[in-house]
Amino acid sequence: MRIQTKTDLASLACGLTLYALLEGLILADIIPPYWQLNVIRVCIYIILATSLNLINGITGQFSIGHAGFMAIGAYMSAIMTVKLGLPFLVAILTGGLAAALLGFLIGLPTLRLSGDYLAIATLGLGEIIRITILNISYVGGASGFMGIPKYTNFTWAFLLMLFTLFFIKNFVNSTHGRACIAIRENEIAAEAMGVNTTKYKVLAFTIGAAFAGVAGALFSHNFYMAHPTSFTFMQSFDILTMVVLGGLGSMTGSIVGVIALTGISAYMADYPEIRMIIYALLLIVLMLFRPQGLFGSKEISLRIFSRLTGGERRGAAQGN
Amino acid sequence: MFKKSMIPLALVAIIAVLSLLVAGCGEKADSKELKIGANFEMTGGVATFGQSAVNGIKLAFKEANTGGGILGKQLSLVVADNKSEASEAVNAATKLITQDKVKAVLGPVTSSNTLAQSKIAHENKVPFITPTGTNPKITVDGGKVQDFAFRACFIDPFQGTVMANFASKSLKAKTAAVYIDNSSDYAKGLAEFFEKAFVAAGGQIVSKEAYLAKEQDFKAVLTKIKATNPEVIFIPGYYQEVGMIAKQARELGITVPLLGGDGWDSPKLVEIAGAAALNNGYFSNHYSSEDKDPRVVKFVEAYRKEYNQSPDALAALGYDAAVMLIDAIKRANSDDPVKIKEALAQTQNLQGVSGVITLNAEHDPVKSAVVIELKDGKQVFREKVNP
Repeated sequence: MRIQTKTDLASLACGLTLYALLEGLILADIIPPYWQLNVIRVCIYIILATSLNLINGITGQFSIGHAGFMAIGAYMSAIMTVKLGLPFLVAILTGGLAAALLGFLIGLPTLRLSGDYLAIATLGLGEIIRITILNISYVGGASGFMGIPKYTNFTWAFLLMLFTLFFIKNFVNSTHGRACIAIRENEIAAEAMGVNTTKYKVLAFTIGAAFAGVAGALFSHNFYMAHPTSFTFMQSFDILTMVVLGGLGSMTGSIVGVIALTGISAYMADYPEIRMIIYALLLIVLMLFRPQGLFGSKEISLRIFSRLTGGERRGAAQGN
Repeated sequence: MFKKSMIPLALVAIIAVLSLLVAGCGEKADSKELKIGANFEMTGGVATFGQSAVNGIKLAFKEANTGGGILGKQLSLVVADNKSEASEAVNAATKLITQDKVKAVLGPVTSSNTLAQSKIAHENKVPFITPTGTNPKITVDGGKVQDFAFRACFIDPFQGTVMANFASKSLKAKTAAVYIDNSSDYAKGLAEFFEKAFVAAGGQIVSKEAYLAKEQDFKAVLTKIKATNPEVIFIPGYYQEVGMIAKQARELGITVPLLGGDGWDSPKLVEIAGAAALNNGYFSNHYSSEDKDPRVVKFVEAYRKEYNQSPDALAALGYDAAVMLIDAIKRANSDDPVKIKEALAQTQNLQGVSGVITLNAEHDPVKSAVVIELKDGKQVFREKVNP
């Protein structure tokens, strides 16, 4: 336990250093605005991908309605800031809580389904949320929720991303997380060993939804508007693609998946005609040669780095 | 494995971000070039619109460049894809304005993408012209004219009114049904003004139904509409659904005229519905390639030569947006975005393909519309309606 706390602190220090470095570069105008926007996008999508990974990869429940929860977070937070004039932090929390509540309510009945059935139910759910929003004129209906102030900046996005990563990592390492992994590996065996499968599935689903809501709040306050077309099932698939590309069950994999796909999308912006072809080709090649995703269910662990540097870094990192 | 620390996560992130940075730097400005951005729907739901518009713009730029360019510089177009989605439109606009440092932006096609782009343009004080964003809010929001927002097309109210007058005067219809795409503001806007004008002309709306974009089966609702016996059906949606609606309506034996707006204008409409189903179909549009006006004839010829297909309204409006911009830069005699914006606001009597363009105080063009009839899959020019 102590070792874990130590490594956690070391990672936190590392994360904050990275934050300071990037923030410094942004303040010094070395990172141009377009790439700033992409860095923030990466942070938002890392929150989305890791939270979806908790549901799909760790707990093994195939959910493809993530964009729906994201939409709830986006719209709830926008209502808080635009209509009620509350501070951004309150808006983010409300967005996350609203999505969590909905995730909980929806999770109870649907998580009794499994495999394809659950996938279809969550797909439907995402569309229900989107079309409901589409028909509420209070939040702009089809023309979208306009006039959202831009509160999201690199600091918000990065710190919330860091929080998400720590939360999910520690959740996975806890008793609850182990129970979730047990469910993924074999639900019947897990139940036989006394794991309350419904409880843990709903728990993972709710946490995943909550973080999707937080990401949604960041999303809408980054793009000045929340529009129903941003939350179609294509969005859910995009997030799922990132998770699968990196490897289901691997958090570092999700991060790499997000960075790779966002990077490709940004690099290829000048060649719109072939962008989707390259994107699709990459996925096909990957699935042919590495169907378990880039990282499989493994993490990039410290051990790999300590091997590379002859074990010195490991000691140094723990000593920090 | 999770016991291991998060340091590796951070390392991965560092490497990736740094590699992004490397790509971000190293842009060079060429003083011989005048960069104009194009933020368009090159992929996604309305990709044919975006591609047509870009074709039109390229043609206008080519003509200007062969004539020696403007201000002694060659115009160069930087195209960015917004994937027919609002947040991507923000992304593309940011890229064009902050990274490529364009002097003005053309596009996007749809109203919601244009509205999404608007904030970025205003923050950076770069003017933009949407060829086809018909939502009134683009140029006037909350009673305030948006300084850097311009458009090259007429707005929704005008189109709805044109079709209502066409239905009551030319088709002598007394009753109409309205079938709206509920997920589109454009459709709702057109329907609202159609109803108003149709009722004002002594007509009656006997049925009002709605669908959502991407639906496939419209027969249940069409049966309902058929039971009310309307003399015309107004379907102000986009070609994808309209095509299927037209096909299914004819299959159900609905023979009355189908009316629509410029969202119908795509070769895909005929592909989806079939030529026969669209007979007795009329829609309002910005221009017709059948128009015998010499400017139109010249444009159609040049476009055919370049792309080997006949230009739709999106191409014409893209062309006109580019012409407006070129004209403004010439009059401003400067490539300073703020000066371009001031010149744009004073656009007057500019000869475009879609009519003579004069911008009013709200930055909206005042110009004519045409009604097009579909005959065996061909678009036939029916009449021209002046504002």
